[in-house]
Amino acid sequence: MSAFQVPIATNRCATGIPTGRLAIWWVLASEIVIFGGLVACYLLFRFRHPEWAAEAEHTKLAAGAINTFVLLTSSLFVVLAHVAASNKDTVNARKYLIWTILGGLIFLCVKAYEYTSEISHGYTITRSVFWAFYYTATALHGLHVIGGMTIMGLLLPDVAKGKNLQRVEYIGIYWHFVDVVWLFLFPLFYIASAAS
Amino acid sequence: MTSSSTHADMAHAADSHAHHAPQSFWSKYIFSVDHKIIGLQYTLTGIFMAVVGVYMSYVFRMHLADPTAHIPFYGVLSPAAYNSLVTNHGTIMIFWVAMPILLAGLGNYCIPLMIGCDDMVFPRVNRLSFQIFFLSTVLLLVGFMAPGGAFGGAWTSYPPLSAKVEYNLTPHGNVIWLLAVALEIVAFLLGGINFVTTAMNSRAKGMKMFDMPVLVWMIVIATIIFMMSVGPLVAGAVMLLLDQTLGTHFFAAQGGDPVLWQHLFWFFGHPEVYVLLLPELGVVCEIICVFSRKPLFGYKTIVYTTFMVGILSMIVWAHHQFIAGIDPRMASIFSLTTIIISIPVAVIMFAMIATLFKGSIEFKAPMLWSIGLIVEFLLGGVTGIYLGSSALDVYFHDTYFVVAHFHYTLIPLVAFGGFAIFTYYFPKVTGKMLDERLGQIHFWGSAIAFNFIFIPLFFSGLAGEHRRIYDYSGFAELATPQMQSLRTMATHALLVMLAFQIPFVINVIKSLLKGAPAGANPWKANTLEWTADSPPPHGNWAELPEVHRGPYEYSVPGREQDYWPQNAPN
Amino acid sequence: MSDNAHSEGHVHSAKPYIRIYCILLVLLVISIVGPMMGGLTVMLVTAFGVAVVKALMVAAYFMHLNVEKKYIWYLLAMAAIFLAVMFFGVAPDVMNKDGVNWKRLDHSAPSSSTAPAHH
Repeated sequence: MSAFQVPIATNRCATGIPTGRLAIWWVLASEIVIFGGLVACYLLFRFRHPEWAAEAEHTKLAAGAINTFVLLTSSLFVVLAHVAASNKDTVNARKYLIWTILGGLIFLCVKAYEYTSEISHGYTITRSVFWAFYYTATALHGLHVIGGMTIMGLLLPDVAKGKNLQRVEYIGIYWHFVDVVWLFLFPLFYIASAAS
Repeated sequence: MTSSSTHADMAHAADSHAHHAPQSFWSKYIFSVDHKIIGLQYTLTGIFMAVVGVYMSYVFRMHLADPTAHIPFYGVLSPAAYNSLVTNHGTIMIFWVAMPILLAGLGNYCIPLMIGCDDMVFPRVNRLSFQIFFLSTVLLLVGFMAPGGAFGGAWTSYPPLSAKVEYNLTPHGNVIWLLAVALEIVAFLLGGINFVTTAMNSRAKGMKMFDMPVLVWMIVIATIIFMMSVGPLVAGAVMLLLDQTLGTHFFAAQGGDPVLWQHLFWFFGHPEVYVLLLPELGVVCEIICVFSRKPLFGYKTIVYTTFMVGILSMIVWAHHQFIAGIDPRMASIFSLTTIIISIPVAVIMFAMIATLFKGSIEFKAPMLWSIGLIVEFLLGGVTGIYLGSSALDVYFHDTYFVVAHFHYTLIPLVAFGGFAIFTYYFPKVTGKMLDERLGQIHFWGSAIAFNFIFIPLFFSGLAGEHRRIYDYSGFAELATPQMQSLRTMATHALLVMLAFQIPFVINVIKSLLKGAPAGANPWKANTLEWTADSPPPHGNWAELPEVHRGPYEYSVPGREQDYWPQNAPN
Repeated sequence: MSDNAHSEGHVHSAKPYIRIYCILLVLLVISIVGPMMGGLTVMLVTAFGVAVVKALMVAAYFMHLNVEKKYIWYLLAMAAIFLAVMFFGVAPDVMNKDGVNWKRLDHSAPSSSTAPAHH
């Protein structure tokens, strides 16, 4: 198979936004309606069932808060990676990307701890529709975290060589979006409970 | 930014011979990243699935004409198989025929050629998109071999029927069906991002937004509608999958809500109709201008109206649920929006008819299919007004009137529009002309037979015949000889329509073998795809074109030729 | 691949991002402590109001929407508006427990998989 050659079309820029970044924004626009659709369904049920506030007491507020902190911090790292990349500082770009991936790992570990302790206390996905939403939304978000970490891992060799540095910015935009989704899931499932 | 990118253009043009290195069969046709090959892959997969879907309709129409008969090429149809055939006929025709041919195939082939660039912006994402689509096709067909058979809960897949095995009796078929549809949506999301980004960023030098052919506008707007409406259904599909496999209660009456699925489904399902409609209208605009040698009437009006259609299409969905127990106040709002959306669509139709006015019209096959589309779609649209009114819909819902109505919209779009695309672009894709006489026979035979399939169904629907019924003998007022004769008439007309596809097949084979060479621009059209060779090579042009004018400069006074290609300097 | 044009000429500095990060952390603390004060309004404002502010800050500063072309905002807003349309179109049917002349029957206890009760 002959080596892939980037077509001329990719480098054209009629809008003034580089093609890759424009595409990322379209990806996010379609992700907004996917996550938004799920959250909208949850909200509809949540308004119908005030008693779900009692269920939300059993999610772990501290773990959720730690995870919010972890994701915000990893967001800072990925934007620092972008700063380094735009300064052609490949060493720091690579370093911050690795820190971001580590942030994702910590997030997943905390999540795994939460799932384990909730399931062992009987709060499984079939317990009620609240828990079904909780697991669906957080797992879908978790898959996005894993996806982002995987892509960042794949970018590392190129970044070290200084190739395709613009991709650091694109994956950063995606990662911030994953962060923003969590910023909404956190109050929806953890804070808005009967205890508060 | 512009200066650097033109620089890149020139640098690429210098070593463009690298594009044309000889490739093996596999890298050229199977794992190609070329937008034209991917477009053809989508189209051919779509045509294959169209044959499968038509075969299904043949089987259940034969059964309805004579419930006890042994159906040739099938055998005896069981009730469960009837359900799965009806379900998969709908699913295939929408998701595996209309979408790949009208949106993915047409868009992939035409967008880069029409805006004058060498490929899609992300060729490898494009290839991935087709591969996922192909996987979803295989998965859907595998459903027929699963123990328990293929899913039979209608293409709308309403819970609790679709969610609970106790009700649908297809323990594997329902999950496979849902996964196939989900994969197919992922494929089109990837393709859609490619379409929109390409059209926004990669237009030829000198081509402004309003120099794009209407077809590109329509495909882009259709893609945006698709991307904006499908998200909640993706979330809903995940929820339904969990209901099916893990036993959650999202859509169960215990704690959840079955009506929620209907909303999520139709929030996508109705805009989807417009996703299929718009590319067709775009093609018809192109063809009508070319074959009447006139500029398009109201180019900008059509584009703005199309935006209006797009926005309105997002707020009409609940007219599918008038008898699902939705809030009556919402029903009247959705009735209103449904009737309002006919206005912008009518504006586009009138603009097309105005384009014909005082043109030098040539009734070649593509033109016949386009005019046929307008005429027949009109009937579909007008019967839609009846159904859009919530009071009438209480009576019409789930009858053959609905079936006839949406086939009167979708068959003109998918079949007539598909054949219009096929006959119009066949010379470009293969470099050979189609036989005109066989094309005319094909058109008139199919178009007349089509009306005889569905006009009887309007009447049987008005008489109260419910759809999705395997055997009418249990319903005294529907089992009468009069009702049966309507059913038989539709089946006979279907057989006639199928027979009239034979001239088409002969035509294609004959033209591929010894058709007259087409040349680059057989229709004397203005848009950029006709300035490339037929078929266009990888990279489309040796030197990418530069655009000097809009796409519809036909019969400009004072010029010798009656067309003026977009890239001609003067 | 030539999109780092804005960085040519001057070195892109990390300082503003760290400042934004500190503000985000303060907001995080508010969103956790606020709801513990009690009261529905306080909870809504501190939990959800602050979440919106945080999201907008991340979008504007970390995702660079503040220097991006305006129509990206419009693009994202379009997605959000269609979502809102969906929410309000579905709400009358799914969100309410009762309405004019109707009341939703109570099914809150998940029943076993025996024959479904028809109403």
